[in-house]
This record gives sequence, structure tokens and C-alpha cells, in this order.
Amino acid sequence: MIQENVLTWFLACRTTDVPDNGGVCVKYHDDQIALFNFSRRGEWYATQNMCPHRMQMAISRGMIGTQNSEPKVACPFHKKTFSLSTGKCLSGDDCGDLKTYPVKIENDLVYIGIEE
Amino acid sequence: MKIVVIGNGMVGYKFCEKLTAKAQSGQFEIVVFGEEIRPAYDRVHLSEYFAGKTAEDLTMAGLDWYEEKNIKLYLGDPISYIDREQKTVRSHHGITESYDYLILATGSAAFVPPIPGVEKEGVFIYRTIEDLELMTAYAKKAKTGAVIGGGLLGLEAAKAMIDLGVTNTHVIEFAPRLMPRQIDEAGSNILKAKLESLGLSIHTSKNTSGILGDQFINGMQFSDDTKLDVDMLVISAGIKPRDELAKLAGLETGHRGGIVVNDKLATADQFIFAIGECALHGGMIYGLVAPGYEMAEVVAANLMGGDKSFTGFDMSTKLKLIGVDVASFGDPFVSHTEGRSIVLEDSMKGVYKRINISNDGKYLLGGILVGDADAYNMLLQTSKNKVVLPPNPEDVILGARGGSGGEGGAGITSLPDDALICSCESVSKGDICQAVCDGNETMDAVKKCTKAGTGCGGCVPMVKDLITHTLKSQGKYVRNVLCEHFNYSRQELYDLVKVHKLMTFDEVLNKLGTGDGCELCKPPVASILASLWNEMILAKGNDTAQDSNDRFLANIQKGGTYSVVPRIPGGEITPEKLIVIGEVARKYNLYTKITGGQRIDLFGAHVSDLPAIWSELIAAGFESGHAYGKALRTVKSCVGSTWCRFGLHDSVSFAIRIEERYRGLRAPHKLKSAVSGCIRECAEAQSKDFGIIATEKGWNLYVCGNGGSKPQHALLLATDLDSETCIKYIDRFLMFYIKTADPLTRTATWLNKMEGGIDYLKNVVINDSLGIAGQLEAEMQLLVDNYKCEWKEAVENPEIRKRFSHFVNAPEVKDPSITFEPMREQKKAKEWK
Repeated sequence: MIQENVLTWFLACRTTDVPDNGGVCVKYHDDQIALFNFSRRGEWYATQNMCPHRMQMAISRGMIGTQNSEPKVACPFHKKTFSLSTGKCLSGDDCGDLKTYPVKIENDLVYIGIEE
Repeated sequence: MKIVVIGNGMVGYKFCEKLTAKAQSGQFEIVVFGEEIRPAYDRVHLSEYFAGKTAEDLTMAGLDWYEEKNIKLYLGDPISYIDREQKTVRSHHGITESYDYLILATGSAAFVPPIPGVEKEGVFIYRTIEDLELMTAYAKKAKTGAVIGGGLLGLEAAKAMIDLGVTNTHVIEFAPRLMPRQIDEAGSNILKAKLESLGLSIHTSKNTSGILGDQFINGMQFSDDTKLDVDMLVISAGIKPRDELAKLAGLETGHRGGIVVNDKLATADQFIFAIGECALHGGMIYGLVAPGYEMAEVVAANLMGGDKSFTGFDMSTKLKLIGVDVASFGDPFVSHTEGRSIVLEDSMKGVYKRINISNDGKYLLGGILVGDADAYNMLLQTSKNKVVLPPNPEDVILGARGGSGGEGGAGITSLPDDALICSCESVSKGDICQAVCDGNETMDAVKKCTKAGTGCGGCVPMVKDLITHTLKSQGKYVRNVLCEHFNYSRQELYDLVKVHKLMTFDEVLNKLGTGDGCELCKPPVASILASLWNEMILAKGNDTAQDSNDRFLANIQKGGTYSVVPRIPGGEITPEKLIVIGEVARKYNLYTKITGGQRIDLFGAHVSDLPAIWSELIAAGFESGHAYGKALRTVKSCVGSTWCRFGLHDSVSFAIRIEERYRGLRAPHKLKSAVSGCIRECAEAQSKDFGIIATEKGWNLYVCGNGGSKPQHALLLATDLDSETCIKYIDRFLMFYIKTADPLTRTATWLNKMEGGIDYLKNVVINDSLGIAGQLEAEMQLLVDNYKCEWKEAVENPEIRKRFSHFVNAPEVKDPSITFEPMREQKKAKEWK
């Protein structure tokens, strides 16, 4: 039997609520999701908001950018960097990775995909 | 082939690392037994455990590393028996493993002299993380402490005691001087004076005869009939090789301990090797990590079929003891028949340098450095490689005199290729230069490729010099470019942004860079834009190019709350304004603390409360203190001539004028200043980026001082200035710094790197040697004229104000993960993991 992961698309906010090339934090029940509008690349990303290094709710306030074309975010606390596409820690130490979520835009509204 | 390693300390680990790096996977089956419950950790930097490093930070490699390398690791399970006939070992828990080769890396234990009373509670040794944990718990109730042993480890332990809050700490040394193996009497005296000025009490030629107290230690008795009251004691009187297992197995050991090994590190049994501090080679125990690593290398290489020998090791060391540099190299105590010494002793600065020179004056045999060991690497290489000394050998410790610049003595260029630069990992100059030629052009790349600088880190400055030198010799122009997106240094970028009149991060990136930017280039570019145009930093889409603190105009703190610092120019504040701060703090439940810069910091503000907090503060006449920015922070002042009976001028008024002139000024790094009303210097102006001290005739201006991790006194730039000239010089100085410094470089470091140093800077600022003084002043005036309080702009702009919420889809909800703990009638952030 083929098991399919069912995605629930959750309406997070309007596209204009998220600053260009920056992030915001989205409340989803008791979870916190960091949502990024990488407008320079025309891309949207979502990850967990908690930085696994010191368990701080801060990823959404991090600066985003690229490293060899890989989109990434830097936690404001100690500048640990994580890939926005895979969530993998790029800082060369094993502080843990970020969970990532799919994002879709429809009619200027931002939806985040949650696996049920 | 199966290898069993007994001991999982630094050397035991290094052996595994070296062997697995050389071998093909599956070539060796490796089994390791460790007595401690943790995998090998960095014992050399043990005292950093008190300075905030965790056990995890100190770990050499995590358990997953052992797994990845297929090494079977038993922790908390020492070997209790070696059966040499059957070639098996049996552990304390009863595990039996056979071996083809057995490596003893059992290390050493603290040597505890047989003093009556050593068993009392409150007496500790200093060896493992467990020891430190026990000390930490006990130190809470101790006020006075002592350390037996004034050697390298003993002084480290004394530092640990101070870090633990036992500020009244005594060091008891049996020998007539400190660090008797490394330094001579004169060096010890300088070191002693330095350590005493830091609060330690040092007793030499003192023999402890008893430890007093009933169950708990409460004092020490000495053989000269004196006593000392102490609450806790750490014994650090040397090491004792762990050779009991070898003895039990019938292997030869030394009279004073240690497993006897030959040049191959083999014991009397050809299938058993001993490495590290448990091995006795040529009658010597090597109590340092570097020779232990070399032993590991020899055995690992020979197991791979090599033919390496261990023939002794240079015991030169350099370390920082409680902030004081101490180094000794080669033969530090040459006798009169073997050579002559040149000694520099400066009891004012607390510097002692001794170099020992061969009788013909040609070679450096060894030496001692106390208080300033910057020349250590160079001197060590000069002596090791028998580099011929310059005609005036004293130059190597005094520096070339008369005129600035010059490398002073023999430079890295004169070293032969086989000169060992990193002794921890035995990496030669040739290895490093080759790595650079192969394209490893940064410190990180060279570290990765050669491992140089990954041990004690002492050689890092030299490796950096070698990288720069090698690149230069290949005709490459060496610059500090920002990152992969900008192939320019900060100074170049500053000029280009100005010429092209670029106003936003995106414009700068489109015109001058490639790709999408990152956390390395965004803040410096945003800072350049602010330094050039002084526009609101959150406008025009520049908000997301700001570092987190600048983006929210507040300092992010543990737990994700922010702190708020209103500007209090010169530290002068009215009772009315104090009341407002108190009321705001009470209303928003903030922790309040007076800062080092004569201001008040309010901690624990939710991001969504920041605009409301600032609205109230602004209504009361406050403005941003820029504590979050790489900008002017505070201009501290003493009370000056208006009240003080010694004051020469009104330092408070001048401090306020200076602070209001430069408030909001964005720079490559933060800027601090102070004004003192007389030579007593109560405002500590000489520790600031620019400091002003009143004289009978006017003001003395000091520049490029620094507190922080590497304190440096400011240097005198100009004397007896009137107020207008003083401000003119500061304008020029600050603008010149803003235009030319690398990102995150304080003025002190900027000056240290400047060719020509303070003389050159004086020429630029006072004599206008570059002909840019007028331009610098005009640029500064533009910034001063453009100043606006950015918090006022933020709270008045609904678009900006909207960004100050935690949840975009629930702006009224605060981050529920934020929790506080009560402390002394206020609160503190919850400790993070």
C-alpha cells in the first residue's frame, strides 16, 4: 500500500505582512513557524522558529542570504546558519537541524503546509 | 589487526584519530577503554569550564565520531588486568577483549603529598571535570581559598578559584619561585607582582606541614610555624604517572613512576606501547599535550608499517595565566659557560624578557618571557632552527628601534621550510605554505587542510602571517573582502557606495556585488549606508539588512526578550526622569540595572512592548541610547569642576556636548568615550575609543583605547587643546576610522594594524598629511546635521511599528515560550540549555 503524507494548507498571513528579504513568526496552534519572504529570489520558505542550538524562539528574526547559492538563515543569537531549503545546519557543528515546511502563495495569501 | 587502547584522554583519543586517518576502513579493529564517564575532553583548557564552557564544549569528539570510525568505546570501565600470555585485557566490569597490540594511554593522576589532614572535606585536586564540579559546589560557601603548587597547573587552579568567586586566594609554593621548571627568579618576581596586583596572595619557599580543621578544612599549618585560615584548598603539586596496571602486568616502570619505553614507545613487551603522561622516555615524563600527540603519531605511523622514532621533545610553552603571558623556550636557564643572557626587566609595565645567546653571539639558545610574549613564536622558531641572529641581538626582544615599521629581528621569511609552526599537530612552515599554494587561502581552510592551529591555538597569528606572506609572494593582492558576495574590503566598498550614491542594501548588491547577500555582508553594508547618509536605518527596505539588534532597535537577550537603554548624556539625569524610568520599568515588569557607561538598562521587554515603552520614554524627553548599534554608546564623565574640589574644567558639560554631537553615529564597531575633569581620571577616559582629560590649559585627547577582552590603554593624540580644536580633531579621527576600518574592528585594533601607528594617525589628524581634514570635518558635520532619534521615527511610523510583534498572525499574543525566574526582588531570564 502506498502511504501518502497528507498536507493541510494553513493560512498564515498576507504576502505584504512579511518584509522583503526577511522573516516573521507564525502561530500555528501551540507551534511557532518562521516564515521567510526571500523576495530577491522570488522564493518563500518556512522552518521551525526554535533554534536548536540554545532552544531559542528566534529563527524568524534572523538575517537571510545565500552561501554558494544555497538559501540560508542565521540565528540572531550566535549566528548558527541553516539551509532554508533542507533545514540542515551549515555552521559545521552538530547543533541540530531545522524542520522545514512547504509554502504556497495564492491570491497574495501565504499558506504553510502541515503534515497531519 | 586488533588494537586495544587503555585510556581515553587527549592522547588516547589523538592516537585513535591518527590511526583511523591513516588506515583504510576495516584495516584495524579498535577497542577503547576509558575510566571516566565522558569521552576524551580537552584537559588543557579545563579552567575555561569555569569561564562558561560546558563539558560538551570541551569534548574532543562526540560519541557519534567513535561510531562513525567503528571504534568500540567502553566508558566508565577501567581495565583491571592485562594477561600478556593470552594477549587479553579484562575490565572492571568483567569485559574481556583480546589484542594484537595494546596501547597504554593511562595518563597521570594528581600527585598528593602526604600532608596530615589531606583527607578533610574541602580539600580538592584539579584534574577532571568531576573535580571541577565538586569544587564548584563547595566554593559557594568558601571565602578564602588556597592552592598548593605554584606551577603551571597550580596557577590555573588559582584562576579557577577566582572564577568561582573565591576572590581571596593564596598560592603556596614550596620552591623559592613560581613555575620553577619554566622561569627564573627575576621572571618569577615580575609574575608574582602581576598576580598579586590581580588579587592573588603568593607565598614562595613555604612548606605545608598540616591541614587544620575537624571534618572540614579551616586552615593550613606551615613548617615555619605560621598559619593561614582557609575555607578550601586545591592541591596541584604535580602529576604521578598512572603505571599501576603496567606494574601489575610485570612491565618495567621507573623508580618515581612511569612506564619505561624505548624510542618506538614500546615497553618491555613488544606488543605493548605506552604513550602520553604515563610513559617514561629517556628518564623523562612529558607532562604536556604536544609531546603526547607526537608519541601517538609515532605509534600510529609504525603500526601502519612506518619507521618513526620519538627522540625527546621540546618543552617550550607559552600560556596566559590569569591574563598574564608567560613563556619559556629552548634552554631557559643557560649557564655562564654555555652562553650569555640579555635581560629586559620593566617592573613598571610588568614585563620580563630574557634571551640566552651562544657565546659567539650567533644563535639563540632559549629564553623566558613574562608579561609580553608576543615574540614567542618568532623566538622559538629562531632558536629551534638555528637562524643566525641580527648583529644587535637585543633587537629581537626590544624591536627595531628608531623609526616605525619593520618586523624587528628575524621575520617569518627567514625560517626554513621544515620549521615546526604548530607543535601540537606537528605542521611545518612548508606544509602551511604548500596548503596555501594549493588554494587554501583562508585560516579556516588551512586549519581544515593541515590541522595547524587546532590544538592550543597559539600558532594561529603566525599561520595567518604565513598565509598573507605566501599569497603576497605569489603576487596576490591580499585584502579582507567582506564575503562571497562582495569582492571588496570595507574601505573600498565605503568609497564605491559614496561615489555611486547608493542608498539601499539592494542597490549596493546590484551594483557592486553578486548573489543574494548573507549575514556577513548585510550588517557592514547597512553600517556603511548609515555612516554615509545617516538615514533612518529601518527605512527603504534596509531593515532586513540590519543585524537583529539594529532591526528591532534593542538588544536581544537570553530567552528572546529585549533590553532598552535610553540615552543619558554624560550620565546626568534629573530626578523627574529617574522617576519616569522607574515607572516604565514597573509598568512593563522590567529588570533594571545601572550599566558600566552611567546609564540604566531595562531588561526583559517583550518585542511587542517596545514601541509602547519607547513612546512613554520619548514623551518624557528621552531618546535612543543606541546600545544596540555599532554606534556611539556613551560618553562617561566624572562630576568635574562644578562640584569636585579637584576638578579643573566642567567635564560633565563637555561630555554632554560630545555625546550630543556624535549620538547615533554608525561606525564599523561600537564607540565609547569619556571626559575626566582632572588627572585623577575618574571617568577612565584612557580605556575608551576616544577620551578627554582636563589639564590646566585645556584638554588632552587620547584615542584608540579599549576595555573588553583585550584591554589596551588609549594613546595621547594631542595636548592642551581648547574645546573647539578638540572637537575638530575628534571629527577627523572618527571619520577617518569610519572610512578605513574593517568590519567589527574597534579603534584599538584598527590602530594596531595601521602602518606607522600613532605617529601616522597624528600626522593625518593634526598635520593633515593626507590633505583630507576639511573633507572629514564636512562629512562629520553632515552626519551631525542629519541626526534624528530613530526610536521617535519608529514609534511615529505605523508601518515600522507593525513589525514589532512576535506573531504576524496574532500580534496581540506574546511569545508564550518566554519565562522568567525571580531573583533578588526582580527577575532574570530562564537559563538556556
